Amino acid sequence: MGGFVPHTSAEIEAMLGFLGLDSLDDLFAHIPDAVRLASGLALEPGRSEADVLDVLGSLAGRNRPAGSVGSGQLVCFAGGGAYEHDIPTAVRALAGRSEFVTSYTPYQPELAQGVLQALFEYQTMLCRITGMEVANASLYDAASAAVEGLNLAAAATGRKLVWVSVGVRPAIRSVIRTLCGPRLEIREAPLHDGVTVWPDDLGEPAALLLAHPNHLGVLEDVANAAETAHAAGALLVAGADPVAAGLLRSVGDLGADVAVGEGQPLGTPLAFGGPYVGLFAVKQAPYVRRWLPGRLVGEGEDSEGRKAYVLTLSTREQHIRRAGASSNVCTNQTLIAVTTAIHMAWLGPQGLRELALRCARGARYAREALLRIPGVEAATDAPSLYEFAIRTPRPAAEVLQKLAEEGFLGGLELTGDYPELGEALLVTVTETRTKADVDAYVTAFEKAVA
Amino acid sequence: MAAAPGSVPELLTRPSAGKAGAMPLLGRDGEPTLFELSSPGRRGWSFRDTGLPEWTADELVPADHLAATPPALPEVAERDLVAHFSRLSSRNYSVDHGCYPLGSCTMKYNPKLCDAVAAMPGLASCHPSQPDDQIQGWLTLLADLERILCEVTGTAAATLQPAAGAQGELTGLLLMRAWHASQGRQPTKVLIPDSAHGTNPASATMAGYAAVEVPSDRRGLVDLQALRRLMSDDVAGLMLTNPNTVGLFEADIEPIAAEVHAANGLLYYDGANLNAIVGVVRPGDMGFDIVHLNLHKTFATPHGGGGPGAGPVAVAERLAPFLPGPVPRPVPGEEGRYRWVMPERSIGRIHGWHGNALVLARAYAYILAHGADGLAEIARTAVLNARYLKERLRGTYDFPYDGPCMHEFVASSAPIKRATGVRALDLAKRLMEEGFHPPTMYFPLIVDEALMVEPTETESPQTVEALAQALLAIAVEATEDGGAAATAAPRTTPVGRIDEASAARHLKLTWSG
Repeated sequence: MGGFVPHTSAEIEAMLGFLGLDSLDDLFAHIPDAVRLASGLALEPGRSEADVLDVLGSLAGRNRPAGSVGSGQLVCFAGGGAYEHDIPTAVRALAGRSEFVTSYTPYQPELAQGVLQALFEYQTMLCRITGMEVANASLYDAASAAVEGLNLAAAATGRKLVWVSVGVRPAIRSVIRTLCGPRLEIREAPLHDGVTVWPDDLGEPAALLLAHPNHLGVLEDVANAAETAHAAGALLVAGADPVAAGLLRSVGDLGADVAVGEGQPLGTPLAFGGPYVGLFAVKQAPYVRRWLPGRLVGEGEDSEGRKAYVLTLSTREQHIRRAGASSNVCTNQTLIAVTTAIHMAWLGPQGLRELALRCARGARYAREALLRIPGVEAATDAPSLYEFAIRTPRPAAEVLQKLAEEGFLGGLELTGDYPELGEALLVTVTETRTKADVDAYVTAFEKAVA
Repeated sequence: MAAAPGSVPELLTRPSAGKAGAMPLLGRDGEPTLFELSSPGRRGWSFRDTGLPEWTADELVPADHLAATPPALPEVAERDLVAHFSRLSSRNYSVDHGCYPLGSCTMKYNPKLCDAVAAMPGLASCHPSQPDDQIQGWLTLLADLERILCEVTGTAAATLQPAAGAQGELTGLLLMRAWHASQGRQPTKVLIPDSAHGTNPASATMAGYAAVEVPSDRRGLVDLQALRRLMSDDVAGLMLTNPNTVGLFEADIEPIAAEVHAANGLLYYDGANLNAIVGVVRPGDMGFDIVHLNLHKTFATPHGGGGPGAGPVAVAERLAPFLPGPVPRPVPGEEGRYRWVMPERSIGRIHGWHGNALVLARAYAYILAHGADGLAEIARTAVLNARYLKERLRGTYDFPYDGPCMHEFVASSAPIKRATGVRALDLAKRLMEEGFHPPTMYFPLIVDEALMVEPTETESPQTVEALAQALLAIAVEATEDGGAAATAAPRTTPVGRIDEASAARHLKLTWSG
């Protein structure tokens, strides 16, 4: 085996000699025999780097990843929470710097100014795209951000009931049920023509949660949701989309108290679902100091008055407050947050707007063309941005199968999750798709539903 | 010819690869923020030509949704962006630079091989919603990783969804809850030693349990008598790290397990310290029912400045039906093919997709490279390095819990504080000037002036010896200069010591000019 242990046998002998021991096994002599492995693990022997790369290369070769036209890979029209966007070479290179990749949580700030300042810039940019005032240094993914948003609202209001829009991605709703279920009462608000309808009698809720755009791609009425939430004494937790932020009014501007979301679209590959990054930002409020989950970077000074960055308000966190902490989160997704920050800065305001615009143009063009295919219908006429839901005359799974045969990752199946739509698909178009890609996709789609 | 016990082998006093005092730090100017570098109209972006109709924003978005202006992100050229983040990166220490002996964090070398794996397009460009027939490579990889993690931990099945150790803890506790409910019980408490990581009690709260502290005895181990008194049918289980956070193996693990199981409790293994025993002792063989692993510790996936990690949870057979799902399982009758399956009585999803998949792929590659022997070598060498370092510090630092240490140990600098007033914090900052990242400070909470040191197996004997010499020298220096150097440290880093209390009082969490 190769291995990464530098010790020579002479060195091991020298160290054992210093310790007055005869063998490495003596190091474990105090462990009861009954719990020690008698004959080692039943695993294969170690392999060289080249052999490991061969094994992984062969596994990778058994997937059909998203890729460009003519690559033999699948041309991607799937989204629904995981998006294929172009990743600028500079973003990849900077985010791959080993000082960012192989450092630990910045508990010793004098040795971690790089990560701390990058996170401080991330927090600032995240506040600006969400219209919020305080952002944390990341959570695991969109689902964990939604969970923590509801937890924060419950702690801040002292209430236990939360309303979750059915427009929130089904997997995220499942995570909410798993993780909030033991402590909170969760009710779901239905969609009508793609838009969330909040019941007249909300009870005494801690929070309302919606996604904007939602899982059908539809733009929600965030301002109305905020009014409804506030009238009921609740916080509005709004799923925000960092790409859509290039065109849409921010959820903060529309009255949301907490913004949650997924940072993957900016700089992170599809990656089979992870690692991504949970975005989390709030309006300034008294509960921030006590109940904000996750790490926060603040600006301060060193002993000689130089500007310096440091983790702050850690008295909220598990390593200080233990059972009374605002959350159990410790390890987060810092590297992906830094990646997102680098990508946001590469784009700037005009680049982010241009990105959103290009996605929306592709989606408009694709939607109009698909709806001209006999039997294909809009699932809703509510306005959308860069993803949209359509009904298919054949089972959606079968359509996706046929599209894959033609070289397309044709969308995301909605059928089981939204039974009222019947057979339905969510189609997503990003800036990676050209008119030629869309035309070829529509042609294949026509064949698939014929 | 081995040296006599207690005398430092000459072989170990040669220059070390892990001492990073040569790290170039380019002056002590501050780095401006991106917002200060921003200039209106400057840009780095470009996009492909799509040939699509150029509808305007007004034509695409209803007026009441459309923002008047895009968010105020910084406007910088790509060249400036690259310079900025390159300079930021050089203001940051990392494992690639040198020794990072943070106790309980297992900051070992992250093999570059695993970076190449994570970059493979066949892995990195898969959409997580793709149907099973398009992702057989991923399903095979994940199923095989699950098999290996179960073999390493002595368990029956696992979920790979949890994104980090703390999420693994919460998952494990929810499994505990589901299992008790299936037996018609609803216990309300979880027992947790006073030396445990803060995530343990925090996770217990999130799972709806009351965390009850179990005191440590004079050895630094679980106080078995106290445990007996605390056990009742209202206890769902005991969370335990073994070796524990003072670096000691809980040698009473068999009676502890018997005690917990006799009262229908479950035994939870916090895998933070698995590096000490991987390939030598298996949690399942010690009686643990639920095990979380920190792949970013034992299996060397890079920590990314604070994350991502991965915190798979492996369980005994009787808990397998409750695992989060979906999980990859063989397709009946089709050898070598896998599909996603929801476990029969699943507690539901933990992650929005399938967990930190590329982190899982890195850990898989790391395990394949090591194999059975390589994994056991990790534990043996990690313990050897820690034991050597601890013995080198004896006489200068205190060891309040002085049993044979495993992969880490907790030293107390209380004697130095009594003599000179110099705190563990001061010594930590002074150590930076000697070219080392400091150990973990002030943890666990049961040790006064704690310095928790974990050299890991990838640091050479020369590095461990150089770290020992530095820790000894700064202690001697403190007694000689009354702490002048230590309290002024660090003086060679990009910024000097930071007033954390003041930063928390005068909160500035975003740049505002």
